[in-house]
Amino acid sequence: MWEVFIQTKPGLSHKHAGTVQAPTAEMALQNARDVYTRRKEGTCVWVVPSKYIVSSEGVDQEAFFDPADDKLYRHPTFYEIPNDVKNM
Amino acid sequence: MNPLYNYLLKLADDSFIMGQRLAEWCGEGPYLEEDIALTNIALDELGQANNFYQYASRLNDDGKSEDDIAFLRYEHEYINAHWTELPNEDYAQTILKVYVFSVYQKLMYEALSTSVDEELSAIAQKSLKEVRYHYTHTSSWMKIFAQGTEESRERLTNAIENIWEYTKGLFAHVEGEEDLIALNIAPNTDELYQQFISITQKDFQDFGLEYPENPFMQLKSRTGYHTEYFGFILCELQYLQRAYPGCTW
Repeated sequence: MWEVFIQTKPGLSHKHAGTVQAPTAEMALQNARDVYTRRKEGTCVWVVPSKYIVSSEGVDQEAFFDPADDKLYRHPTFYEIPNDVKNM
Repeated sequence: MNPLYNYLLKLADDSFIMGQRLAEWCGEGPYLEEDIALTNIALDELGQANNFYQYASRLNDDGKSEDDIAFLRYEHEYINAHWTELPNEDYAQTILKVYVFSVYQKLMYEALSTSVDEELSAIAQKSLKEVRYHYTHTSSWMKIFAQGTEESRERLTNAIENIWEYTKGLFAHVEGEEDLIALNIAPNTDELYQQFISITQKDFQDFGLEYPENPFMQLKSRTGYHTEYFGFILCELQYLQRAYPGCTW
C-alpha cells in the first residue's frame, strides 16, 4: 500500500489524496496518476509506502491535543492580511 | 479513393479496435487501480480514433458522419492491423498487446508530427503524449511480469510465442499510402519497422526476455482479411447503431 500526496499548483503543499496498491514504487506513481489526477487535479504526485507513516493514533489523545485548547493567542487572527498575499 | 481518407481510416481503425478490445477489461481488471489505468488507455485510444474519423468525414463530401464511418462498415472494410483485434486472453497478453502497440504508435505519431498535413500533424502531436504514457506504463508491467514469479514469466513468454507473428502486420501499407509518403504526408513504415525492431530488442534485454527469433510473420493485415475474432468485436461494437439507427446520447 502507498499513500498518495497531490500538489494542485506549483508552490503549494502536497495534500494527502488517498491510497493505492501497487507492486513497485514506479507502478505506485503510475497508479496514483491514473486514479487521482485523471481530471487534471495535480502538477506533482508523491507516493510513500504506507508502512512508513507514523501516526498519533493510539497515543494519549488528551495529553497530545487538549493543552492547545485554551491557547487562542496562537492563531494569528490579530493581524490583517495584505490583499496581495494569496494562499493563506 | 482519396489516399488520405484511406490512410486516416487505417489510423482510426487501429485505435478504435484497440480501444474496444481494452474496454472489455472495464470492471474486470486485476485490481482497482490497474482497472482504471487500463480503461484510461482504452479511452485515449477511442479519443484518437474519434479525431481521425472526424477528419476523415470532413474530407469526404458524402454526408457520412464519423459515427457512420466508425459503426456502419462491414468487416472487410476495416483496415486495422490484426494485432489490435487479437483477444486479450490473460493480463500478460493484454499488456504485451498494449506495449507493442505503444511502441508502434509512438514511432508513427513522432513521424506524423512533422507531416506536411497540418491537421494530421496536430492530432499526432496531441496523441503522442498519450501513447508515451502507455509505453511507460506497459514497459513497467513487462518488466514486472518477466522478473516476477515463475507463473508471470511463463504467461508473458507464452503470449509472446502465441502472437508475436502479428507484429509486422502493424507496419503494412494500405492503398495509396505510397503517394502520401512521396508527398511527405505519411512516414514510410518500412523504416519505422526497423526502428521498432531495435527498440523492442533493447527493451527485451532490459526486461530480461529472449527476443523472439521467429522468421514467420502473418502478412494479411490491412487487406480486408481479418482473424476469426474480428466479427465478434463488430457485433458488439455495432449492435446499438444497427438496432437503433442514428441513435445518439
